[in-house]
Amino acid sequence: MTRVPLRPLARVLDARAQGRNPLYIERENLRLRHEQMRDAARRRAEWRLLVLAAFFFMGFALIAARMGVMAMTPPEEPARYQPEQIAAYRADIVDRNGRLMATNLLTNALYAEMRHMVDGRRAARALAHIFPDIDGDRLAARLTDPNRRFVWLRARLSPEQEQAVHEIGEPGLLFGRREMRLYPNGRLAAHVLGGAAYGQQGVTAAEIIGTAGIEHRLDSRLRDATRGDGPLQLSLDLSVQAVAAEVLEGGIRMLNARAGSAIIMDAYSGEIVTMVSLPDFDPNNRPPPPTEGDPTDSPIFNHALQGVYELGSVMKAFPIAQALELGLVQPDTMVDTRTPMRVARFAINDFRSLGPQASVTDVFIRSSNVGSARLAQMIGPERQREFLDRFGFLDTVPIELTESTRARPMFPDRWREISSITIAYGHGLSTSPVHLASAYAALVNGGRKVTPTLLRTPDAAPGERLISERTSAMMRRMMRETVTRGTASMAEVEGFAVGGKTGTADKPNPRGGYYRDRVIASFAGAFPIHEPRYVIVVTLDEPSETSGSEVRRTAGWTVVPVTAEIVRRTAPLLGLRPSSPAEIERALAMR
Amino acid sequence: MRGLLYLLSALGVIGLAVWAYDQNHKTQQSMAEVRELHREITALREAISVQRAEWAFLSRPERLQELAKMNFMRLRLIPLSGNQFGRIDEIVYPLPPERDDAPSAAETEEEPL
Repeated sequence: MTRVPLRPLARVLDARAQGRNPLYIERENLRLRHEQMRDAARRRAEWRLLVLAAFFFMGFALIAARMGVMAMTPPEEPARYQPEQIAAYRADIVDRNGRLMATNLLTNALYAEMRHMVDGRRAARALAHIFPDIDGDRLAARLTDPNRRFVWLRARLSPEQEQAVHEIGEPGLLFGRREMRLYPNGRLAAHVLGGAAYGQQGVTAAEIIGTAGIEHRLDSRLRDATRGDGPLQLSLDLSVQAVAAEVLEGGIRMLNARAGSAIIMDAYSGEIVTMVSLPDFDPNNRPPPPTEGDPTDSPIFNHALQGVYELGSVMKAFPIAQALELGLVQPDTMVDTRTPMRVARFAINDFRSLGPQASVTDVFIRSSNVGSARLAQMIGPERQREFLDRFGFLDTVPIELTESTRARPMFPDRWREISSITIAYGHGLSTSPVHLASAYAALVNGGRKVTPTLLRTPDAAPGERLISERTSAMMRRMMRETVTRGTASMAEVEGFAVGGKTGTADKPNPRGGYYRDRVIASFAGAFPIHEPRYVIVVTLDEPSETSGSEVRRTAGWTVVPVTAEIVRRTAPLLGLRPSSPAEIERALAMR
Repeated sequence: MRGLLYLLSALGVIGLAVWAYDQNHKTQQSMAEVRELHREITALREAISVQRAEWAFLSRPERLQELAKMNFMRLRLIPLSGNQFGRIDEIVYPLPPERDDAPSAAETEEEPL
């Protein structure tokens, strides 16, 4: 803006010349200038008012909008109250009927804080009185040590101990909230549950982590608080598990066995209803893993899953099923069973010779090594390996336990003819009872592959076909005949038809060769065999039956009676109805 | 007129202030109540979980078996087995009504019609 002079010389001179007062000119210019200034100020004020109004408008609009939103949304509680224990959340574990197997319990940990401590010596003396395993003098030294500020005393307290500590009246002894994992059933299903321990510890909370079994394998699932209150439901049935454990324990004691295992599995869904391994332990107080000696001696060793052994004759079911499936033989085809059979530099013998010839059925039910070896020769190593692989014998079992990854089957790298022959009667291929159970499930259930699981899966889809319905029916009939007139005659249970196969395998000596007097006796089968619902596998480690004049170790005298007793006791619990012999005969003959 | 308007609006403002204060107070009270209820719920939940654990501990199969054994004289409980199952033809049904009655009963029923 150019500044207009108040007294422009030209106009002043002009005015003087005309005799007018030049002051008027100055006044007029001054007025014009003031008017200009006023206009500018007014414009600025107007603009400011507008901005201010806009601000106010936006503020009110915001409040109005917020009020509108509040009025429109349904009313709800502000910020749900979250209990502190969420950090230590861990889901319960229940069995298939919803009975509690693992839960959390609130308890307190005990610690000492020195700055509140009045008389450390007295406190140590009193604590040693409450907890017999605390050394009073050592604790007194720690509690009066001026360099210490904090001492952990106990990870968990019982209510009585807590009260006793309260009664000491020492302000320096403090309690920290803890959740502890509780297994109310004690030793029952200990190997499945595994155990839990504290991870990171704080004063107010500590995390619980699974250390073994399903607690370790499904740790993240159990700790996932977003799953809500839903417990983890297992396929186990507590009652059946308890009965099976009781019977097996009695069997182990009577037969002087070192260990034993029992598995009952749903033949169609692969749900494991019972998995017992003895000796067992209390998961509330899991023993530490052994650092020396034979790991299989430790109670934490799960014989049902980690007990990878050459299982002997129970494996004969597979070459026979394969030979039937391939159409190489029929159940009544005669097989050469002359002993000894010589292959390369090996001689294969039968426990009891069947004579020069026997039918395939007799090879199975009387358990002929030679007969199975002949069938393996007909099948050939390549096909045999592929067949066993499809049954899952060459892989770890996909079961929800940490230990399953360590239970790797053992088999020869090069599957030569001689390996294929020995594998046909159960030597040279080491597997676990769980492997065997799922493979037998496929044999009896009409030929569908079964994936073993410990989780409740009521609507498991049937797996791929491994053998035909017809072969499966023939296998069922042979398994039944093993019980009615073969090696497992003691497995007869009135009302519940058991069928299966026995196996007695010499245990390998770690120093080479096999023990003469130590065996693994096993029975694998199904019940009721005419319409299979459950597969059962029982093994006993080093049993000996000494009631007769000579010590008997064969499966027929050891593990078979134990299996029969387990079936007799558990079948009614599993909801099975006894069938009459005629009914069983009819159902087996029909297929 | 204008004075009355001022007076009324001042009274209105005072009234609204009292109402807002009251609402605020009530809200805080119910929030405290909700907190208290949540605390109670948590405590009850904990108590329930203790009870559940206790129940599971007391009804563990091992203990029940021992109790059944100890009280055998009174309860006479033995393990479940297959021969405890009955067949349907073993059940005694109530005897059917006598033959002669049947038609007459039908007749008496028809009579009121």
